[in-house]
Amino acid sequence: MGRTLAEKVWEQHVVRRAEGEPDLLYIDLHLIHEVTSPQAFDGLRMAGRPIRRPDLTIATEDHNVPTVRGPINDLVSRTQVETLRKNCAEFGVRLHPMGDAGQGVVHIIGPQFGLTQPGMTIVCGDSHTSTHGAFGGIAFGIGTSEVEHVLATQTLPAYRPKTMAIEVSGELPAGVTAKDLILAIIAKIGTGGGQGYIVEYRGEAVRKLSMEGRMTVCNMSIEAGARAGMIAPDETTFEYLKGRPHAPTGDAWDAAVEYWKSLATDEDAVFDTVVEIDASTLTPFVTWGTNPGQGAPLGSAVPAPEETDDPSAAARALEYMGLTAGTPLREVKVDTVFVGSCTNGRLEDLRAAAEVLRGRQVVTRTLIVPGSMLVKLQAEQEGLDEVFKAAGAEWREAGCSMCLGMNPDTLAPGERSASTSNRNFEGRQGKGGRTHLVSPQVAAATAVTGKLTAPADLA
Amino acid sequence: MEAFTVHTGRAVPLRRSNVDTDQIIPAVWLKQVSRTGFEKGLFSAWREDPDFVLNNPVYEGASILVAGPDFGTGSSREHAVWALQQYGFRVVVAARFADIFRNNSTKMGLLPVVLPAATVEALQAAVEADPTLEVTVDLAERQVRWAGETAAFEIDDYTRWRLMEGLDDIGLTLRNADAIATYENGRQPWLPTTV
Repeated sequence: MGRTLAEKVWEQHVVRRAEGEPDLLYIDLHLIHEVTSPQAFDGLRMAGRPIRRPDLTIATEDHNVPTVRGPINDLVSRTQVETLRKNCAEFGVRLHPMGDAGQGVVHIIGPQFGLTQPGMTIVCGDSHTSTHGAFGGIAFGIGTSEVEHVLATQTLPAYRPKTMAIEVSGELPAGVTAKDLILAIIAKIGTGGGQGYIVEYRGEAVRKLSMEGRMTVCNMSIEAGARAGMIAPDETTFEYLKGRPHAPTGDAWDAAVEYWKSLATDEDAVFDTVVEIDASTLTPFVTWGTNPGQGAPLGSAVPAPEETDDPSAAARALEYMGLTAGTPLREVKVDTVFVGSCTNGRLEDLRAAAEVLRGRQVVTRTLIVPGSMLVKLQAEQEGLDEVFKAAGAEWREAGCSMCLGMNPDTLAPGERSASTSNRNFEGRQGKGGRTHLVSPQVAAATAVTGKLTAPADLA
Repeated sequence: MEAFTVHTGRAVPLRRSNVDTDQIIPAVWLKQVSRTGFEKGLFSAWREDPDFVLNNPVYEGASILVAGPDFGTGSSREHAVWALQQYGFRVVVAARFADIFRNNSTKMGLLPVVLPAATVEALQAAVEADPTLEVTVDLAERQVRWAGETAAFEIDDYTRWRLMEGLDDIGLTLRNADAIATYENGRQPWLPTTV
């Protein structure tokens, strides 16, 4: 019987297999940041253990960093960032600190440097590590104990998850994005639908996505409960990778491409579960509740709790969100728009937002936060920053920013956002804040009208 | 980590589904660089509501959290596990757990117990009827017992053994240092390094 992409990549990385034990899996790349690593470094120090492979480890500062120029004013945040700097210096880990041209959100910089390649195993103490699966590797988030384990051994003990295929047939209609697709998938299978699985996104609509769109889709796998999501590498992948600083060159490139092509799921392989979605039926999608599965087409209305799968959770969510069942989603007023994050903070996302904002004015507080300093530079070279500023939006420095509000970019209690990030949990963007997850296009159009809006709605 | 064999204590029902780790420990608490002091952050936004179940004095001192399905979704923050443990919980019972949270729990010795949704609800109802009810979670026998009821739960042999022995995962893996070195010698030559 044939094997799936996930099975091939997994098998390639098994260091040791023993009956009744989890596989010991080799990790090709370990990304670290300031929030989930300090206790892991402390653990190494207490046990007197070195980092086994600092050359397979890379660090950046992203979660706490302010997105306006200047130092970190919050003492606790600053201490955390300084702790990362000390740890990286002591243990010999390459760090891209604030101000460095390579700094950015951890899941933006891996692909940008060409460190994220097909067939690799990649981990990070961050659940959105699933982003990197867009290149056809197995990438998943881990906790701090596992961060310490990978630092010490470059391996992880793990049971191979089951395999799920999400087959997306047809083509996404004009104006419908990768973000709308993944929000619709999560609404369909639920926040627990992917538990215990590695998801492989397949089908015509997925093949036609750019690498950036594929990263958006894989990024939110965890919101459907799947630790990892992946897409088989193809010409789009190779085209994106070629020439990046850490991509192979010359004969090594040819050998790598040949191997990468062999990773695609075999025709006779069998998935444990298959989910089918018709892309051609999709429209812009937004969330109305307090988990990413509580979403609906923008053209619909706030649902009545009893119409949902989990009425008590929906009732609670509507109360928190200050929404009334039956209200058209296009009537929901928004105070703040956030474009950024590891979900939608790449150049393509900024271009899409700029396209909508060109020649228009925003009526909300609008934060545009590039995912990395390189994305910022590229956007400025294209003049996107001027488009944003002319529209009245704020053009910021790179970081996680309002995705999780660990830096000063937060919502006030009761404030409502349209956000291109990944989580609409209670208080995620600031205590008492209310979040609607949207695509960059919908975010930009919403900034223009002050209500949830698609670009097609704008005159 | 602390070994886990059998634990008997009182329980607290948390009748909410999809309790994400942002609720268990909001991001503002993640700025600490130590492993201690997280009990104050546990459910800190929800605890501002006087009606929140953890504020009910009848549940004070409970060590078993009986939660709704899909507990621990979202962020990979292990701080969620630390906060639960430092507050005094040794066990979380739910019908389903998010993968990363469950993994983090077993690394720290917080036991995630999966029971069928109907059994979880029965246990919640029993605790609500009698908050002094003693609940026993027996990892050796893979059972939860209360008031004459017994519910069996599944956990893989390896994780159970590791929890019962309180073993450090890193120490176990380093016994295979030779296998790791052998594997490393055979890695594909084009794989990137960060230097």
